[in-house]
Amino acid sequence: MGTNLFYLTLIVLLPITALILKTTDAGLARFWEVITSPRALASFEVTIGAALLATAFSSVYGLLMAWILTRYRFPGRALLDALMDIPFALPTAVAGIALTALFAGNGWFGQYLEPAGFKVAYTLTGVAVAMAFTSVPFVVRTVQPVIEELRLEVEESAATLGAWQWQTFRRIIYPAIFPAHLAGCTMAFARSLGEFGAVIFIAGNLPFETEISALLIFIRLEEYDYPAAAAIAVVLLAVAFFTLLTTNAIQSWRLKRVVKD
Amino acid sequence: MSSLSQKLAAALIGALALTGIAAPVYAQSKPVEIMNVSYDIGRELFIKINEAFIPMWKQKTGQDVTISQSHAGTGAQARSILEGLPADVVTFNQVIDVQVLADRGKLIPADWQKRLPNASSPYYSLPAFLVRKGNPKNVKDWDDLARDDVKSVFPNPKTSGNARYTYLAAYAYGLDKFKGDHGKTQDFVKKFLSNVPVFDTGGRASTTTFVDRNIGDVLITFEAEVNAAKKEYGDKGFEIVIPSQSLLAEFPVSVIDKNVDRKGTRAVAEAYLNFLYTEEAQEIIASFANRVQNPKVLEKHKAEYPSLKLVTVEDVFGGWEKANKEHFADGGILDKVFVKR
Repeated sequence: MGTNLFYLTLIVLLPITALILKTTDAGLARFWEVITSPRALASFEVTIGAALLATAFSSVYGLLMAWILTRYRFPGRALLDALMDIPFALPTAVAGIALTALFAGNGWFGQYLEPAGFKVAYTLTGVAVAMAFTSVPFVVRTVQPVIEELRLEVEESAATLGAWQWQTFRRIIYPAIFPAHLAGCTMAFARSLGEFGAVIFIAGNLPFETEISALLIFIRLEEYDYPAAAAIAVVLLAVAFFTLLTTNAIQSWRLKRVVKD
Repeated sequence: MSSLSQKLAAALIGALALTGIAAPVYAQSKPVEIMNVSYDIGRELFIKINEAFIPMWKQKTGQDVTISQSHAGTGAQARSILEGLPADVVTFNQVIDVQVLADRGKLIPADWQKRLPNASSPYYSLPAFLVRKGNPKNVKDWDDLARDDVKSVFPNPKTSGNARYTYLAAYAYGLDKFKGDHGKTQDFVKKFLSNVPVFDTGGRASTTTFVDRNIGDVLITFEAEVNAAKKEYGDKGFEIVIPSQSLLAEFPVSVIDKNVDRKGTRAVAEAYLNFLYTEEAQEIIASFANRVQNPKVLEKHKAEYPSLKLVTVEDVFGGWEKANKEHFADGGILDKVFVKR
């Protein structure tokens, strides 16, 4: 316990404290000016908007993948299972370049999508695609063990009592998965907020349009403006922290209700 | 106080070297390692430079030297050095990123540019254009890049030194064309920036965007990179366009005094930088389509260097420090012209 706390302090709390202290270098007025500048606000909009899009996709696709991987036995399942972790293992810059190559106007996907009116590379959609790619394993890997634990008898009883498949899913299965699913989605969202390597290659990085906050932090660092960079980082951190806190609250509220029932 | 003791120590070492007491250090020929921290697209060049320097140094001193190379955007490189990366020499493409090592880190003296010829810049280049086969948009000069139908590709001037030269070159051209009218020049530069569909963070990434993603009509990057891309993708028939005017881009070098004195690598580090000015090295540098000063090498490569009007940051913008404050700092002119279209 003591060691754990020590490590937590050393590798998590200390850097965060340093980050927050850095913003105070320039004073509160400057902090406010930095984070409310039109360019910073636009970058928050792009980042949070794309992260929400990516999380919406990951929540559905990740749940589906987790279900397929645990409930179905088919040739190549073990391979597919292993592939799910690739986004974690792959350097994000490689992922970004690969996705750009696929979705650019002359890429494998882009050559069909763009004539049909779906421009992906160098748009907000592209940003979301990169974020989804790097964050979907969070959903799969948090939901998967919970589905494995589900007892088939419960579903069978529901069926014998006359529940339709959809009813069984909505009333029996999903409530059991929900806390894990929510946790997975939250982690995916938080990860997407901070994603840099994969995004900058596909974003096009046009100020006010596809410029993510992480890039703006990078730009401020290039200007040796450490307090401004820290200020933008603190906002991202606060959003991520607030989201995690909210979902934790929802989970404990649900847990209490389940216990009471 | 500390600078005095440093000077004393330096004088003492110098005196020892003169009297020959330090000479046996060479004779022992203990292998030495130095780190060259450099810009993003300099990797291939410095591999060749190192291949030439290592045997030269061995022959001269009997000492084996290994040279590690680090390549990335020079802004990030400078920050790494400030935060403790033990670089022995820097070979950058940005004066301000070397200057910061003196201003913020006190790692080198403020007058570092006076230590080597040509303001410590052994070679130079300039932003030039690469266009698609047959130059279908008929791009000849900077004002063509402000046309509605021309899309240009270059990296983000906020993150790339390469692009800072491109931005300043366009600005200098505008000042020339509009006879010093800053308002008209800024409108021109704004139009020029709004024609860029993708801002990558570094020079090589922009080359990839132009060449592999097939985006844009013109790639603007250093003449050396333009030549390399044309050669590398010979089958695509790219053509080089040298505008009527461009900006001289220096490639400044410096020994990192604090690091070499601590590690005892000053002799080899200084020799490495001096080597860049020799005919042998200048020939290698020229073979990568950088422009050099050595008269003999210059004569040999004359045909590869089309002449044009070259202006400098000193002449047009009053030096890097001023240009940095007025143009690139947060809220500067670049922020005003680099906005939503």
